[in-house]
Amino acid sequence: MPELIAKSALEGRSLTLGGVTLAEVDVGPITSIALLPGGAKAVAKGLKPLGLSMPEPNSFAEKKGARIVWTGRDQAFLTGADCPDMEGAAVTDQSDGWAVLALSGAAAVDVLARWVPVDVRLAAFPVGRALRTQLNHMNVILLRSGDYAFEIMVFRSMARTAWHELEAATHMVAARAGVKI
Amino acid sequence: MRIDGKGLIDRTKPVRFRFDGKDYAGYKGDTLASALLANGVRLVGRSFKYHRPRGVLTAGSEEPNALVEVVGPTNQTPNVRATMQEVFEGLVTQSQNRLGSLRFDLMAVNDYLSPFLSAGFYYKTFMWPRAFWEGLYEPIIRRAAGLGSLSGKHDEGTYEKAFAFCDVLVIGSGPSGLMAALTAGRAGADVILCEESHALGGRLLSDGGTIGGVPAGEWVASVVAELQALPNVRIMLRTSVTGAYDHGTYGALERVGLHKPARPNLPRECFWRIVAPHAVLASGALERPVAFENNDRPGIMMASAVRTYLNRYGVVPGQRVTLFANTDQARATARDLMAAGVQVAAIIDPRPDAFSVEDCPVHVGAEVIGTRGRMGLRGITVRKGSETFEVETDCLAMSGGWNPTIHLTCHMNGRPRWNEDLAAFVPMEGAVPGLVAVGAANGSMSTHGALVTGHAAAVQAVEALGRKVSVPLPEAEDAPYRLRALWAVEGKGRAWLDFANDVTTNDVKLAAQEGFRSVEHMKRYTTQGMAPDQGKNSNVAALAVLADATGRGIAETGVTTFRPPYVPVSIAAMGAGGRAEGFAPQRFLTSDQASRDRGAPMIEAGLWYRPSYFPKPGETTWREACDREVNMVRQAVGVADVSTLGKIDIQGRDAGRFLDFVYTNTFSTLPVGRVRYGLMLREDGLVLDDGTSARLGDDHYLMTTTTAAAGLVMRHLDFVHQAFCADWQVRFISVTESWAQFAVAGPKARALVNSFLEEPVELPFMGVAPVRIGGVDGRLFRISFSGEEGYELAVPTRFGEALFRDLVARAETMGGGPYGMEALNVLRIEKGFITHAEIHGRVTAHDIGMEKMVSAKKDCIGKAAATRPGLWGPEREQLVGLKASAPISAGAHLFVPGTEVHRETDQGYVTSVCWSPTVDAWLGLAFLKDGRARQGERVRLVDHLRGLDVICEVCHPVFHDPEGEKLRA
Repeated sequence: MPELIAKSALEGRSLTLGGVTLAEVDVGPITSIALLPGGAKAVAKGLKPLGLSMPEPNSFAEKKGARIVWTGRDQAFLTGADCPDMEGAAVTDQSDGWAVLALSGAAAVDVLARWVPVDVRLAAFPVGRALRTQLNHMNVILLRSGDYAFEIMVFRSMARTAWHELEAATHMVAARAGVKI
Repeated sequence: MRIDGKGLIDRTKPVRFRFDGKDYAGYKGDTLASALLANGVRLVGRSFKYHRPRGVLTAGSEEPNALVEVVGPTNQTPNVRATMQEVFEGLVTQSQNRLGSLRFDLMAVNDYLSPFLSAGFYYKTFMWPRAFWEGLYEPIIRRAAGLGSLSGKHDEGTYEKAFAFCDVLVIGSGPSGLMAALTAGRAGADVILCEESHALGGRLLSDGGTIGGVPAGEWVASVVAELQALPNVRIMLRTSVTGAYDHGTYGALERVGLHKPARPNLPRECFWRIVAPHAVLASGALERPVAFENNDRPGIMMASAVRTYLNRYGVVPGQRVTLFANTDQARATARDLMAAGVQVAAIIDPRPDAFSVEDCPVHVGAEVIGTRGRMGLRGITVRKGSETFEVETDCLAMSGGWNPTIHLTCHMNGRPRWNEDLAAFVPMEGAVPGLVAVGAANGSMSTHGALVTGHAAAVQAVEALGRKVSVPLPEAEDAPYRLRALWAVEGKGRAWLDFANDVTTNDVKLAAQEGFRSVEHMKRYTTQGMAPDQGKNSNVAALAVLADATGRGIAETGVTTFRPPYVPVSIAAMGAGGRAEGFAPQRFLTSDQASRDRGAPMIEAGLWYRPSYFPKPGETTWREACDREVNMVRQAVGVADVSTLGKIDIQGRDAGRFLDFVYTNTFSTLPVGRVRYGLMLREDGLVLDDGTSARLGDDHYLMTTTTAAAGLVMRHLDFVHQAFCADWQVRFISVTESWAQFAVAGPKARALVNSFLEEPVELPFMGVAPVRIGGVDGRLFRISFSGEEGYELAVPTRFGEALFRDLVARAETMGGGPYGMEALNVLRIEKGFITHAEIHGRVTAHDIGMEKMVSAKKDCIGKAAATRPGLWGPEREQLVGLKASAPISAGAHLFVPGTEVHRETDQGYVTSVCWSPTVDAWLGLAFLKDGRARQGERVRLVDHLRGLDVICEVCHPVFHDPEGEKLRA
């Protein structure tokens, strides 16, 4: 039989408006690493070749395109690199379970403020922080990837709703700023 | 009438607007109220109950009279306060709550019926006959009394919700608010300054005066310029802070686009939730009316409002103005009017010791006791000692002193304190954690007092934030505030307290007389304070009258509870984005587009959208399509997307042990490569969910749940793990979204599946194996929810759409095709498989005939609780099948034929039904008392809702292939 064609949730959609850019991005493989009791040492050893370690709560770290994101107690998502073989953790492929949206621009914080109930002021949520929070009614993982840049991981099946909410907010923020659409 | 050279309106920008079908001119910076007054329009509304002609009373959000409808291109907004609505080119407005025109409102007959319409009238008048209330009295009363009307259409306008965070929230931008914002802003704190109006400055814009040796307007302009330049200060105009909530959270409503012509994507309003550890309440004070006979005529206004219209909008509401006020401060209104060349006919001051320095007639120790002019004030009657006299006037400015705007301080149950000197309630300190009231809101009535307290509160906040600041305090007036409380002028006629709900002093006295002596009872009996203005203009005066009527002091009488919101908030703003499909997230399958391409109507299953059926040309009803799809699966092969089922990946040395603990049956003994059906109980012993779990490796399982309970089961597993076995070597995570999974069922299922596999596998029933499909690693399960030989093929979600399209296309070449939820349901009913229609939260394993699945060899969640008396035995309703030759319905109840049909003789109920093309009969699943022992009996099925009354045969729930030969083929 012919090869199956892969499709992302939003087929790489993007939008730029009023200084805000919203785009679906491919972050490569996503692997959940859940520490088993007593597994910390083995996991540290397993992550060593990537130059990464299990992140502190509400944070993420990057090394050469690979990123490790705190996602819960004793749990992290490794993105952008294949997960090395390791003991001491339950390792589960999550690559297809999430859609990742990149939101950037000077008004990105204003767009987020429409749906995300947490303080995303730079001082409170600096680059390198990651939160499990809500985007309107959806659970998301929110990363501060730059002073004016965020990444939002949302359940793949809800990607269209997430896009719709962010697109609507982007339009409203732009309309407030007097941008003609 | 407009006064040249006065006001902050932009006279270079005229705008035209419409009120009640007539075009008027105003200027940018005008409110609807100021523009109408400038055009000499005094009559703007009708009162709630008596339909009395009413005019503008105030110049702020507390306005009780001037409520209008704003008519937009697609919507109509009722109860808009003309004092807050700014005019713009093309604004269309109309008066409301009238029958006929505003001038000739037919409902004004109510005013003549007022002796019958006093407080509590409908409790007394409309008690009998009882049945008439809902059908007759209430609709009439609702028509007669009321507010604005809606368009009856969906509000498709754009609304917004948003969150904001800051260090210091400043509420109000009068002298105290500006001083607080400036102080906190200079200290470098993140400041949000909310101002309800469209310009910063508060009363300074109306009252003038000097601050720091310069005119107040200049001081405001310089502070505003500095605040605008500070990157850490955010100014939110047209934003009313509506409520104070836990943890320093404040609700606020911003009028974003209501002052402009509608523009695509520009929100009309935004509902903010602002979180601030420190808040400064600089909300000022509200001037209070005095109750005297016929004090509600158009042309009678608050003194401060007259001053605002003059100084801020360059408008005088009359040619011959009179002032009735009991404070020194209110005299400024008369002085400003005279300075602007307006005639002041008289100043009436009830204080016998008041001064009289103004260059106009001043009557001290006098009171207004009556007014004339139904459609607009023409004159007043004044009583001084024993003599009474008339004064011709078309505008009466009144003031009974000021009430600090303390509402927010009471939103967390704080009770205000009575201050005898101010004759007003002031905030209880610390009533809302982190919030400090300053300026007039805290009873500091002078400009100096406002600056000092605003500054001090900001300093306290910035120091708590670990910052330092030094801002010099400018000089300002510090006149003492002197008044003699005057709530109501003695008299027999109707004197209004609550203009918005038509409550008079007589109503309050009547309430007291009839035993409603508590302020909360008086409020509900008279409806005082229950109108859109929430008693902002009337609460204190009403309770003062009540205190007097009941012989108590005001402090003792107390106040009613202040609740959010401070101003009316449109539901559209609070629920922004939540209309129609915005109500909840939508979850889409990878096969979604492919299903829609085939014309499948989509139905909601939780948040998911699933195809209901796949119509073929010539099929006119869903039943035709459904019957065909059922036969197709039974005779050839069908494909269905089952990705919505919950999938939980479970790993670790104790994974089997964990499953043994949460399932009633045993999974630790399941061989690798095999799948087992499992039943899960809640802690109370009732059934939580069912599904299959596969063993993928020694320490690796994959659990599936029903679509409906996917989240519930995940939560349950988390709870069990965290509460009872946190130290076990087990971890689990949802992989529902990671896999697209398709059921392939029917006699030709194996052939179809094998044609897709790079290496065909020979799977036993309830087997699982890794497979390669089209260059992709997938999983193949041999499980069935249809009663036919069935497989489920899973691939990573990104390949789902491609695989679904290929599977369906190839199935069609074999006489098969896709099937939807309707057929899926029929297939499972024929096979007697349960869903959450059956395991609805009130059934036990015994009820569904699965008590043998509760392993005797081990413990599990819910096992002990399931053995409680009453949860098993013949008195329970047990799962049975039903067969009938006429249509039956889910939700119907079952009775013994020949017995009466009522609650006591109820034998059970039906949970699922279908027409079975396979059995050629109507089939149902039902719960029947002692049902398993009653197979072969006949029961009477009754559904009053659908008018069904059918005799059914009680059967074993499995109608199709009871031995399971097809499954295992």
